[in-house]
Amino acid sequence: MLHSHNEALISSLQEKAQRIRLDVLDMVYRRQAGHPGGSFSCAEILASLYFHQLKIDPAKPHWNERDRFILSKGHAAAALYSILAQRGFFPTADLETWGHLDSHLQGHPDRIKTPGVDMSSGFLGHGISIGVGLSLAQRLSESHFHTYILVSEGDMQSGVAWEGAMTAAKFRITEMTVIMDYNNVQLDGSGSDIMPLEPIIEKWQAFGFQVLEINGHNIRQVLEALDMAQEIHSKPVVILAHTTKGKGVSFMENTSAWHGAVPNQTQYQAARLELEGVQ
Amino acid sequence: MTAHILQLPDAPQRQAYGLALAEYGAINSAVVVLDADVSSSTLTSYFAKRFPTRFFNMGVTEASMVDVAVGFALADKIPFVNTFAALLTLRACEQIRTCVGYANVNVKLVGGYAGISDYKDGPTHFAVNDMAVMRSIPNMTVIAPADNVEAAKMVAAVAEYPGPIYMRISRAPVGDIFDTNYLPQVGKGVILRHGGDVTLVGTGSMLGRCKIAAELLAKQNIDVRLIAMATIKPIDQELLIQAARETGAIVTAEEHSIVGGLAGAVAETLSFNYPVPVEAIGLNDTFAKTGLDTESLMDACGLAVGDIVNAVKRVLTRKR
Repeated sequence: MLHSHNEALISSLQEKAQRIRLDVLDMVYRRQAGHPGGSFSCAEILASLYFHQLKIDPAKPHWNERDRFILSKGHAAAALYSILAQRGFFPTADLETWGHLDSHLQGHPDRIKTPGVDMSSGFLGHGISIGVGLSLAQRLSESHFHTYILVSEGDMQSGVAWEGAMTAAKFRITEMTVIMDYNNVQLDGSGSDIMPLEPIIEKWQAFGFQVLEINGHNIRQVLEALDMAQEIHSKPVVILAHTTKGKGVSFMENTSAWHGAVPNQTQYQAARLELEGVQ
Repeated sequence: MTAHILQLPDAPQRQAYGLALAEYGAINSAVVVLDADVSSSTLTSYFAKRFPTRFFNMGVTEASMVDVAVGFALADKIPFVNTFAALLTLRACEQIRTCVGYANVNVKLVGGYAGISDYKDGPTHFAVNDMAVMRSIPNMTVIAPADNVEAAKMVAAVAEYPGPIYMRISRAPVGDIFDTNYLPQVGKGVILRHGGDVTLVGTGSMLGRCKIAAELLAKQNIDVRLIAMATIKPIDQELLIQAARETGAIVTAEEHSIVGGLAGAVAETLSFNYPVPVEAIGLNDTFAKTGLDTESLMDACGLAVGDIVNAVKRVLTRKR
């Protein structure tokens, strides 16, 4: 059912998203490693999923009827860790341990070590196929759930992701929603230069998907697209979320330099001021 | 397990596996089967016919098929993933390493047409390093059943063993080793013949040939201990070290490269624990070639009974 979302919800989700950015900035700076650009671009999407959309219970991370979320773009690990901590899967203080030898927070998500991580990820391209398997499995089970997959344009450059898309269409997978964080900037440069995906809408449609196109930083649009995806029962759905790499820090926006770069002290302080200003 | 599967020692091993999988599907409703458009070759078609809602034909998407299986397993199903052994372990290798091995997901990988058993299709279709690749992946268990009884009964053992497993199955008929009461245990080797002069360790389709070689050697007063080593990872170290200590020389035999498979596992175990001379029968770092039937191709590729006999004699000359 489509319902309108009130301003209070939207502003609370916006705060969670901004908290993700601040956490990520701190985590990357503290650890001197990580991926700020692609973590900032998916902040509103993660906040909307974890504080509104997903049927989850932080006290029962293995609850078999929980909705599943797979961060196929596993390099946004810090953003996922922030939202899991905010949601209560583990203490916020754990974020400071990211990458330490005894930490449960690995460089990329690890389903065995970290409470709330449904699937390990890191190398791109896996999410959609795994989501198809989860969806097919729950059709054969008593426990029903929805699966959400967050992919990047890097994911969609890998052939196996399109094998997964073909498979989703074959089995008319409607228990899964793919969200594409389309920031169009990757490690070596702009997506359009490195390996163009356009025309991406037509590609998804040709592979049997219904495409919902939104601004991925507009929380109202994110929530409405997530609602609408639930109402489409004839084919798999992808929410094509146009986003900005490095969103929220002016000097990090739209540049591949900040895919996996670490801010120096001056940059860190400047970024923090900008993000706190918005918050 | 119905009697008819186990009473087909001369049938191709894939038939024993396929029939057993379909039988086991009736016992365990958590089992789902995936195949990449070769179900009439791997013979998962028996399962497909009997349980159409639990069979998924994925087309030629081997890499994606493994990830789909991961999804099934994450939701507590027991997926058996099937295609030709070389495609499964090489094309889908990164999926297997990352999403099955590293993520430690309970996926069962079954490589058909293992070794050079698909004699007519040639080296593109042969799996000569599947066990080496799978053995190098942490959390992975690697199994090569010796005959049809072991292949059939291993289905339940594999399904009920917690964790990732790779099992290889021959396209061809293989030896007749075990009686129908045999119950395989993952991780345990079996002494088929108690001898004291030298130990012959075979895996998979080579056990039949090893058995004949041991009988020939007995006639020449060489008393061979014969071990069937279905699980090459984790390998039964205790049994190997005991054999090294008691017989002082070891020969391995596998329808696989001598690099990284059974020979590798045995040599590593012994050199770390109880060094004795080792000789290896297998493909000598070659892709092999097309042949007219599996048996004569194996003979031509250094896997003949005579090659085993010679290797045993060679290792005895090195025994201290």
